[in-house]
Amino acid sequence: MIPSTIEPLLSVSDLAKSYGANEILKGVNFSIKAGEVKAILGASGSGKSTMLRLIALLERADRGEIVLAGRRLGVDDRRGKETAASERQLAYQRRDVGMVFQQFNLFPHMDALHNVALALTVVQNVRRREALEAAAEMLNRVGLGNRSHKYPRELSGGQQQRVAIARALVLNPSVLLFDEPTSALDVELVGEVLKVMESLAAEGMTMIVVTHEIGFAKRVADEVLMFDRGSIIEQADPETFFGSPAHERTRSFLSHVR
Amino acid sequence: MNFDFSIFWNALTSLNYVNGAVLAILLAVLAMALGIVLGFLIALARISGKRWLVTLSSVYVGVFRGLPTLLILLLAWNAAPQLIPALRSDAYSPFVAALISLTLVQAAYMAEIIRSALLSVDAGQPLAARALGLTPVQTMIRVVIPQAIRIAIPPTGSELINTIKYTSLASVISLRELLTTAQSGVSTTFRYAEFYAAAAIYYLAIVTIVTVVQAQLERKLLWTSKDVPSAPRPEPGTVTLDLKGTKA
Ligand SMILES: Nc1ncnc2c1ncn2[C@@H]1O[C@H](COP(=O)(O)OP(=O)(O)OP(=O)(O)O)[C@@H](O)[C@H]1O
Ligand SMILES: [Mg+2]
Repeated sequence: MIPSTIEPLLSVSDLAKSYGANEILKGVNFSIKAGEVKAILGASGSGKSTMLRLIALLERADRGEIVLAGRRLGVDDRRGKETAASERQLAYQRRDVGMVFQQFNLFPHMDALHNVALALTVVQNVRRREALEAAAEMLNRVGLGNRSHKYPRELSGGQQQRVAIARALVLNPSVLLFDEPTSALDVELVGEVLKVMESLAAEGMTMIVVTHEIGFAKRVADEVLMFDRGSIIEQADPETFFGSPAHERTRSFLSHVR
Repeated sequence: MNFDFSIFWNALTSLNYVNGAVLAILLAVLAMALGIVLGFLIALARISGKRWLVTLSSVYVGVFRGLPTLLILLLAWNAAPQLIPALRSDAYSPFVAALISLTLVQAAYMAEIIRSALLSVDAGQPLAARALGLTPVQTMIRVVIPQAIRIAIPPTGSELINTIKYTSLASVISLRELLTTAQSGVSTTFRYAEFYAAAAIYYLAIVTIVTVVQAQLERKLLWTSKDVPSAPRPEPGTVTLDLKGTKA
């Protein structure tokens, strides 16, 4: 893939979502180029997870557009006009977007290897043997080559999250979403997961990372976004964002997490 | 009148009892198998969120859990053929009537078990599966059902045991299961204790087997890389000397 410097890989415009009377996302706009890393900060309940779930097509937006590599997601445009995509079509479109959850959500009834290989065989119709080989290779990449036959409950939180990253990565998504990937981990296990994410960023993976790890955002992100009550209130490169935040609420948020 | 062991032993080892036991097992296992299939569909209907499906399935569960199983057997054997001429044929045997009755009842109980098992699978599981691109059906089959099965096994084992005991009710429609066999022994000799005791032994043996099989199934579904959860094996390359046997 040749990273384009002009066209964004993923762009989100006027994305909105309500649960009942609560408008959780109030028309969010941003875009990300191939190979970029965006860090998203924001208080609890500000809509960060909701936005990731919308981009991952796990929920339907009330309004707005998600365009990935020039194609609008969540709609069926095969008949010339755009209608809401069916569940099957959504499943197909989800192949391009990987998601890593705070609680790992590994499948407890499969060992690490089969967790990683499942979607290859079931979704991409890769033959079993090749899928297992690819899965083993991916586990190697996240440093778990020797843990491939362990079940999730036999792995530490950090190892589980690395398996979850391998599981998303093996499908070769164009963008990888992380929803507070280290928030459920004991402090001493955070580092190993961040290390894997940093090396992914270095290899040119396009990533959107909701995180409270300020250090990670400073080191790795190309841009930091501040969420507040369903809107992006500030958006800047890390140096500016952390050095001289423009918005009062950003300053107050940063003073709390630091 | 003393307990006559030779009468008891003869009954226990008679072909009639073996046949009765086989019939009871066959009836219970078939009713459970069909009940699980039907119960699964009812459970899906109950969690579908579609109003008429939810109503219909809830009414079904309410009716078949509410009515005494004995009444359902009598309805199936005596009343149904009066209303439905097709059931007057010889093919509609006591076994078929009992199978239908027990299936309908077990479907109601299994629907509840399966429904709660499906609902108790962590919501993050289908979410992660969908995020990987699995379709709703693939998510159900590959991720949700395998986890629900593990949750459902203990109550399903209890239901199988219940069903085995319920087969004795089919004696009222003269199915020659275990209890009918015992009754016919009693009716000619009036040796209640011996003939009933022989039947009791069979029931206990069957239930014991079910319990053992269930325990093995549960052990299989521990989801660990070790066969038996015991002391961790030493890492290759490390030598452990345990001369005093303190770690045993
Ligand atoms: N399925 C849902 N139904 C109803 N309300 C929901 C649902 N999902 C989220 N919400 C509400 O939307 C709001 C935003 O949730 P969201 O998870 O997006 O916040 P967040 O920024 O990720 O917060 P956190 O840092 O706690 O993860 C919360 O108030 C939450 O209660
Ligand atoms: Mg969240």
